[in-house]
Amino acid sequence: MNMPSTLHSTERSPVATTPEAVIEVRGVHKVYAGNITALQNIDLDFNRGEMTSLLGPSGCGKTTLLKIIAGLLKPTKGDVAVNGRPVAGPGPERAFVFQDFALMPWASVLRNAAFGLELQGVGKSEREDRARHYVNEVGLSGFEDKYPHELSGGMRQRVGLARALAVDADVLLMDEPFSAVDEQTRRKFQEDLIRLREIEKKTFILVTHSIEEAVYLSDRIVLLSPRPGRLNKIVTPEIDRSGDPDLIRRNPEYLDLIDDIWSGLRAYVE
Amino acid sequence: MANTQTDPGVIPGPTSRAFDMLGGTPLIWRMASLALFFAIWEIAGRTNFNWAFPTFLETMAALWEMLANGSMFSAYGRTLEPLVIGLVISLGIGVSAGVLMGLRRDVEWITLPVFITMQAAPMAALIPLITFVYGIGLTSKVLAVCMLAMPVIAINSYKAVRNVPPSLVDMSQSFMGSRRQQVFKIILPAASPMMFAGIRLGVAEGFSGVVLAELLITPTGIGDLITFNRSVAKFAHMYAAIFSIVAFAVIAVSLLHRVETSLFRPEKRGA
Ligand SMILES: Nc1ncnc2c1ncn2[C@@H]1O[C@H](COP(=O)(O)OP(=O)(O)OP(=O)(O)O)[C@@H](O)[C@H]1O
Ligand SMILES: [Mg+2]
Repeated sequence: MNMPSTLHSTERSPVATTPEAVIEVRGVHKVYAGNITALQNIDLDFNRGEMTSLLGPSGCGKTTLLKIIAGLLKPTKGDVAVNGRPVAGPGPERAFVFQDFALMPWASVLRNAAFGLELQGVGKSEREDRARHYVNEVGLSGFEDKYPHELSGGMRQRVGLARALAVDADVLLMDEPFSAVDEQTRRKFQEDLIRLREIEKKTFILVTHSIEEAVYLSDRIVLLSPRPGRLNKIVTPEIDRSGDPDLIRRNPEYLDLIDDIWSGLRAYVE
Repeated sequence: MANTQTDPGVIPGPTSRAFDMLGGTPLIWRMASLALFFAIWEIAGRTNFNWAFPTFLETMAALWEMLANGSMFSAYGRTLEPLVIGLVISLGIGVSAGVLMGLRRDVEWITLPVFITMQAAPMAALIPLITFVYGIGLTSKVLAVCMLAMPVIAINSYKAVRNVPPSLVDMSQSFMGSRRQQVFKIILPAASPMMFAGIRLGVAEGFSGVVLAELLITPTGIGDLITFNRSVAKFAHMYAAIFSIVAFAVIAVSLLHRVETSLFRPEKRGA
């Protein structure tokens, strides 16, 4: 490729199907107690190896959709299939990264990172070896014996990411993983995530509030409309992310796409 | 250094409220405030505003005398029996009931009102009733300790379980932890700081209970020491006995906190 980064934006119809889908969401409705319709008629596929962002105004049901995919919530109607099999609850193919990190304050970084394996009954030395590998991979080597309160927000989320990577799931579900992290850390983290994606070859589903983040990181952006959450549109930024990260952030097409999405969402905010 | 900071939301009983306030401050300030308190006591005693009020130094002399002649030790020997039995029962039942109420709605519905009523009821007024039913023996005193200590322990254990961050529970679920793993690896450890805060408060209440029982049921142990010395107008000795039980309670509660930190809180050990 001779250009430092290329970027195309294509808009497809809200229902997109490919044979490579890892996760299929079919006709999902979610109604909470008190007749709050959080999600309405969601049909969506997530393709293997892709990073998809769920973007939309606050309260549009992003977390709800992610938790339904994770098996932590049951849809009121419709169903979700992972690798072709319907979801009845959490499963080993999916790992969750929590907005508030969900680390155990009484456990060291290493034990936290190994906790998914601990729950699966993997022996201590094996799970610690695997956890140590991922702690290293997220850039925290040397901190294995620290406790969460000794780490910054960004480092804590890296532990959460290491824990999710360690169970070797196909799909990583991340609910606003960077929202409790300051801006500089966030950028560094985003760049590391792009690098990690290349090593790990996993499917990522990322909930975010940030249009920049969605465009910067994802192969596909799913825009949800405000409550009741429906599919609004799907944007496919095609960015070559192998170049200098700062170059991408200054690329006029990248910036145009951000503006495009913003003008689409603006209507909901006003 | 022990930092007795109590978690927000812990429900204290009448006695434990005072202990609680003692806890959060650094050692130097606690020493300074104690010294100030003793100095004011000494001055107040010397002004003779009340013929029955001894000075601080007189009280300490009386305390020393009772320690030296062994009367204090034999008194504590008697007092500790209902206190320890009552606390063990309160801990066992209080913690289990509290945890079960936190984990299960059905248990909560049946049990929680009992503890809330127990906690709100003026226990001193119920002691004559216990005596009426169980006589003046050990049983009544143990019951008095339980009635004061158990509700605080149970309600705080319940609140501790309820306050476990839901995302930690989601986390254990999403990594496919069983209910058992969820309870033992997540809920109990996460609830333990607030649970222990409740236990400390419960122990403080237990001290209140045993002294009340020994004053109101039959004078034995430390209650006897207080009543007897009052009846023979040895007021310095009476105050010394009261002082000793307060000091004993404070020391017991602080020790408990040390034990908790060293056994259950690895992340605070080095700090
Ligand atoms: N347990 C619940 N009971 C009732 N209503 C709920 C519950 N959880 C969420 N809701 C409602 O459902 C809607 C969608 O919630 P959700 O948390 O999925 O939104 P979100 O897009 O993740 O929002 P945010 O960007 O603020 O995180 C909201 O209006 C919320 O108030
Ligand atoms: Mg959310």
